[in-house]
Amino acid sequence: MGYTLDFQPVIAGLPDLLKGCAGTLLLAFSGMILSLAIGIGGVAVRGSSVRTARWAVIAFVELIRNTPFLVQIYFVFFALPLVGIRLPPTPTAIIALGLNGGAYAIEIIRGGVQSIHRGQIEAGLALGLPRRDIFRFVVLRPALRAVYPSLTGQFIMLTLTTSIASAIAAYELTSVAKLIENESFRSFEVYGTITLLYLLMSWGIMQAFGLVGRRYFDYPVK
Amino acid sequence: MSQASSSEALITMSGVDKWYGDFHALKGVDLEVRRGEKIVLCGPSGSGKSTLIRCINHLETIQKGRIVVDGIALDDSARVVDAVRREVGMVFQSFNLFPHMTVLENCTLAPMRVRKVSPADAKATARKYLEKVRIGEQANKYPAQLSGGQQQRVAIARALCMEPKAMLFDEPTSALDPEMVKEVLDTMIGLAREGMTMVCVTHEMGFARQVADRVVFMADGEILEAAEPETFFKNPQNPRARTFLGEILAHH
Ligand SMILES: Nc1ncnc2c1ncn2[C@@H]1O[C@H](COP(=O)(O)OP(=O)(O)OP(=O)(O)O)[C@@H](O)[C@H]1O
Ligand SMILES: [Mg+2]
Repeated sequence: MGYTLDFQPVIAGLPDLLKGCAGTLLLAFSGMILSLAIGIGGVAVRGSSVRTARWAVIAFVELIRNTPFLVQIYFVFFALPLVGIRLPPTPTAIIALGLNGGAYAIEIIRGGVQSIHRGQIEAGLALGLPRRDIFRFVVLRPALRAVYPSLTGQFIMLTLTTSIASAIAAYELTSVAKLIENESFRSFEVYGTITLLYLLMSWGIMQAFGLVGRRYFDYPVK
Repeated sequence: MSQASSSEALITMSGVDKWYGDFHALKGVDLEVRRGEKIVLCGPSGSGKSTLIRCINHLETIQKGRIVVDGIALDDSARVVDAVRREVGMVFQSFNLFPHMTVLENCTLAPMRVRKVSPADAKATARKYLEKVRIGEQANKYPAQLSGGQQQRVAIARALCMEPKAMLFDEPTSALDPEMVKEVLDTMIGLAREGMTMVCVTHEMGFARQVADRVVFMADGEILEAAEPETFFKNPQNPRARTFLGEILAHH
């Protein structure tokens, strides 16, 4: 039953694979930034006094969390042109990743906000701070600190989810790998290699998050 | 030892009723605090002391009656509430310092955001009050690096940085180890001597004797007695006040 390994096509395609990694990282980081913005903004709106805005956030979170990402990305890909917005696959994928990650980020960050002691908010109120200042200056940082490990996990997840963007031919590692595989039929070698590359990227992002966290949340607590 | 206070009212509560759901927490409370006056509020647990002072800066809403602070009649509008909160500082039992900010940042946030003071001025004011509560050298530390007594003194300085016209204290020494109670009380006594208008919920009767112009006794959401400390401690009129005094004096 001889399956002889042949890494020649992979080696020949290595520059393309590395470019694919860069594409993946671009999707991942852009998606994370968008997710974080949606997450923080969503939690702020979720806690506001405008009832319709609160319900809109809840509906958005439920919609995203109860539908598959592949369907979401197709939806964004085919729905945007209908409203006159024509975007190339990569920006489309970033938007889809941001929306998806944002919904999960809302739930995670909301948990962090709820873990903040009521006395913190009361101290802010007693000082005369308006509610949005209390959220921004008093609550947000400790809340993010409290959920930072979950947020990191969610963003690693987002990084891996970028591979689904190959479905709309966004430029990222899995699309590049598919091309090489189609030409060479070296499925095992190609997917084995990108498995390793994904693993390395996840690990790198984990390290980066650790570094950022140690800087940004570097205050002593009892 | 009490100082003369002007006859003008800074805080007036009249006919204040407060319910938590079905529970009647404040029953027809009338209280007038004159400018410069120091009031100690005491009474058994659950009598509504915290509720009362939290109504003054609108941390709790009332259902009936009227509260006027420095000429501003409190209602539920954000503008009025903010105006009152700017003039009234509050110190909590559990300090509630912001853990992710240094002592200095804790003290400068509200003046900069609320009073729109420049960072340099806010820092200068903060340093002045931190010196006053004798904690100037800890300005760059984080709350978790301070003892309870130090944290509470920072909390007092933080409130003072807003240059309030009155200070509310809700059991400021109850969460402290006994050896730290005195440093906080001394800070409060200093503040009282400078003429700050104060409403303090506390069971520190020594403090009450020393600085209070009036001791107000509450039970079951009602003010049952209000008198000068000497009169109140020597000869409490209300039987519940007598029982209460007997209990806390037995503990001290
Ligand atoms: N948020 C709330 N919801 C419902 N009931 C409350 C709430 N806050 C206080 N109460 C009730 O109102 C009553 C007065 O409470 P308050 O905290 O003002 O008492 P207190 O005199 O400060 O007591 P303590 O000495 O224990 O601090 C208590 O019976 C308490 O259970
Ligand atoms: Mg209380």
